[in-house]
Amino acid sequence: MTCRTPLRGIFAGLGRERLPGTVFSLVLAAAAAPSAHADANAGSVLAHQGSAGVPACVSCHGMQGEGQAASGFPRLAGQNQDYLLKELQAFADGTRKSPQMNPIASALSAAQKRDATAYFASLPAWKQQDKPNTSSPSYQRGRKLATVGDWNKEMPACFICHGAGGRGVPPHFPALVGQPRAYTRAQLEAWRSAKRANDPQGLMRSVGAKMTDQEIADVSLYLENPSPAEVEE
Amino acid sequence: MANRPNDSSRSDAPSRRFHPVWIVMVVVATLLLAGLVAIPAVLVSETKPPAAAPAPSDASGQNRNGAGSAPAVVEQSPSPGKLRQAKTVQVDFSPPADEDMPSGPFGDAVRLGQKIFTDTQTYARPYVGNKLRCVNCHLGAGRKADSAPLWAAYGMFPAYREKNKRVNTYEDRLTGCFRFSMNGKAPPRDSKEMVALVSYSYWLAKGAPTGVALKGRGYPKLAQPARSPDATRGKAVFDANCAICHGADGHGTQANGGYAFPPLWGPNSFNEGAGMARVPKAAAFIHANMPLGKGNSLSEQDAWDVAQYMDSQPRPPDPRVAKSR
Ligand code: HEC
Ligand code: HEC
Ligand code: HEC
Ligand code: HEC
Repeated sequence: MTCRTPLRGIFAGLGRERLPGTVFSLVLAAAAAPSAHADANAGSVLAHQGSAGVPACVSCHGMQGEGQAASGFPRLAGQNQDYLLKELQAFADGTRKSPQMNPIASALSAAQKRDATAYFASLPAWKQQDKPNTSSPSYQRGRKLATVGDWNKEMPACFICHGAGGRGVPPHFPALVGQPRAYTRAQLEAWRSAKRANDPQGLMRSVGAKMTDQEIADVSLYLENPSPAEVEE
Repeated sequence: MANRPNDSSRSDAPSRRFHPVWIVMVVVATLLLAGLVAIPAVLVSETKPPAAAPAPSDASGQNRNGAGSAPAVVEQSPSPGKLRQAKTVQVDFSPPADEDMPSGPFGDAVRLGQKIFTDTQTYARPYVGNKLRCVNCHLGAGRKADSAPLWAAYGMFPAYREKNKRVNTYEDRLTGCFRFSMNGKAPPRDSKEMVALVSYSYWLAKGAPTGVALKGRGYPKLAQPARSPDATRGKAVFDANCAICHGADGHGTQANGGYAFPPLWGPNSFNEGAGMARVPKAAAFIHANMPLGKGNSLSEQDAWDVAQYMDSQPRPPDPRVAKSR
């Protein structure tokens, strides 16, 4: 386990702020921002403008950090900051592989990593916009996997670890909701083949290893736009 | 396809109908076909001849039971690894699928029972004295084998229990978990909560034989460890394998206003009278079920040590002891 405990409390205040995604309005918020080692305002500038050798994060991760469904670029907005930072460090030291992110993360200074992750963590978490097609059998199977799991093969529900509604359990368990389907799918396949192996205690690999292609497709579909079962009844 | 163990026990029948050699051949063929481990000869002679080989319940490996079809009960001898604890033939059983819950008032009771079981804090609030939920120790909503599943418990009561030295009904057994594991008090026998929990258990056990130890009941007992359980070694096991979820202080992890990972000790956990407060039970649970999703990955010694560590931590007192103090 990488040790990032000292950072946790420091950003607690920042994480709750709902900073608008434009540089302009950030100027107003700057006065209210608590003094901390991470600077979400600097992070916002980096995210929107990039810096020497680093492209603007939003060009791939979306103007509001909402991700890009078509290309499978992940949503970062509202994700727990400790988690985002840990992943950036993993991209930088090569323990997580991605042709896009490895060079970017390596080019970022420690301070830039903190700033950028503080910024994305401060953006609003996922909220449902459109009603999904809940009657699709794939969607329903996905929901069952996410909320009940499959104990016949000792697979706990995703939401036991990833928190109620998939909203995450900081600092170790990331939120899953609202992620582009293609991203979740690619990650699950990477866990399954152990191409991605930067999880603590192999906890996520042990889940991925048990998943079939069908289950991966089902749960990825569900997590993109999850509705709890009660909503339809 | 399903064999009820008691349906066809006519121990004298084979000798009248077959030459003994045929029995042997049938047995051998049966075992080869089903890929089962041999049932000890003693037990065969005491109970019944093995009938036709049980068909593998479902090629897809899914224990889904379509409407109308009875839940599968398959007799099987204990697996070699568990011989040391198994004294009787164990019976495979899979509970019905959630999708097959009945409708109507009985179905409503079953559904409420499942809700109480998985969200005890909301649905049985007055009877709970800590922050646990039944499902915390009985995984998969009381379905998971080797996690004291309800379907395996229901048919085993009434039974005599050393703990209170009398014959206990199933309701008495539930009362025990409310009083000790939940550090609370039991709902009255005729309360909707008790009726719902009994209904849910009864439904999960649909089609299971009564009075027969089903495979997966309780927590699989561990053999005595090579070295006596040690809390210092146990702390190291805890820090490396458990703290990420249950917290470095063992008090659980909260998120979104509730416990995402339950407390193992401290004021919000089970009390000293609970089964989980006894090291052998805790070690057995932990070995089979923890870390979550990676059951049976710890060594047995590590499970004993971490159980010893957990059970040496402060927790609410045993109400029976507290009363007499
Ligand atoms: C060229 C497109 C691109 C740019 C620019 C980019 N990213 Fe990424 N990012 C990705 C992709 C693709 C992934 C998913 C990698 C994988 O498949 O594992 C990712 C993943 C991440 C993750 C991990 C998310 C998670 O949930 O695990 C973080 C954190 C991240 N990026 C931060 C940043 C930051 C900060 C910047 C700007 C400094 C940035 N990215 C710029 C494409 C990009
Ligand atoms: C036993 C706990 C556990 C369970 C159950 C679990 N996960 Fe995870 N998962 C983790 C952990 C821990 C991580 C963080 C890995 C890391 O630190 O890089 C993770 C990470 C992930 C990620 C990567 C997220 C990102 O943006 O980087 C995805 C996707 C994911 N899990 C999906 C699932 C799905 C789908 C399920 C259910 C089928 C599931 N998980 C069940 C523990 C779990
Ligand atoms: C990935 C997270 C995770 C890890 C790691 C983990 N547990 Fe658990 N544990 C859980 C969850 C979640 C439950 C409750 C299960 C449920 O409600 O479905 C639980 C339940 C328990 C319980 C019963 C409930 C209680 O609060 O007493 C005990 C005892 C326990 N765990 C011990 C351990 C021990 C010992 C370890 C380390 C060997 C461990 N756990 C590792 C997630 C975890
Ligand atoms: C702290 C953990 C814990 C919690 C919480 C808990 N139990 Fe238990 N339960 C146990 C243990 C330990 C046993 C004994 C298992 C054994 O003997 O192998 C048990 C046994 C049982 C049995 C009998 C199982 C059998 O096969 O004989 C039933 C039924 C039961 N519990 C129901 C409940 C209900 C209902 C709740 C919630 C109100 C609950 N339990 C909460 C730990 C717990």
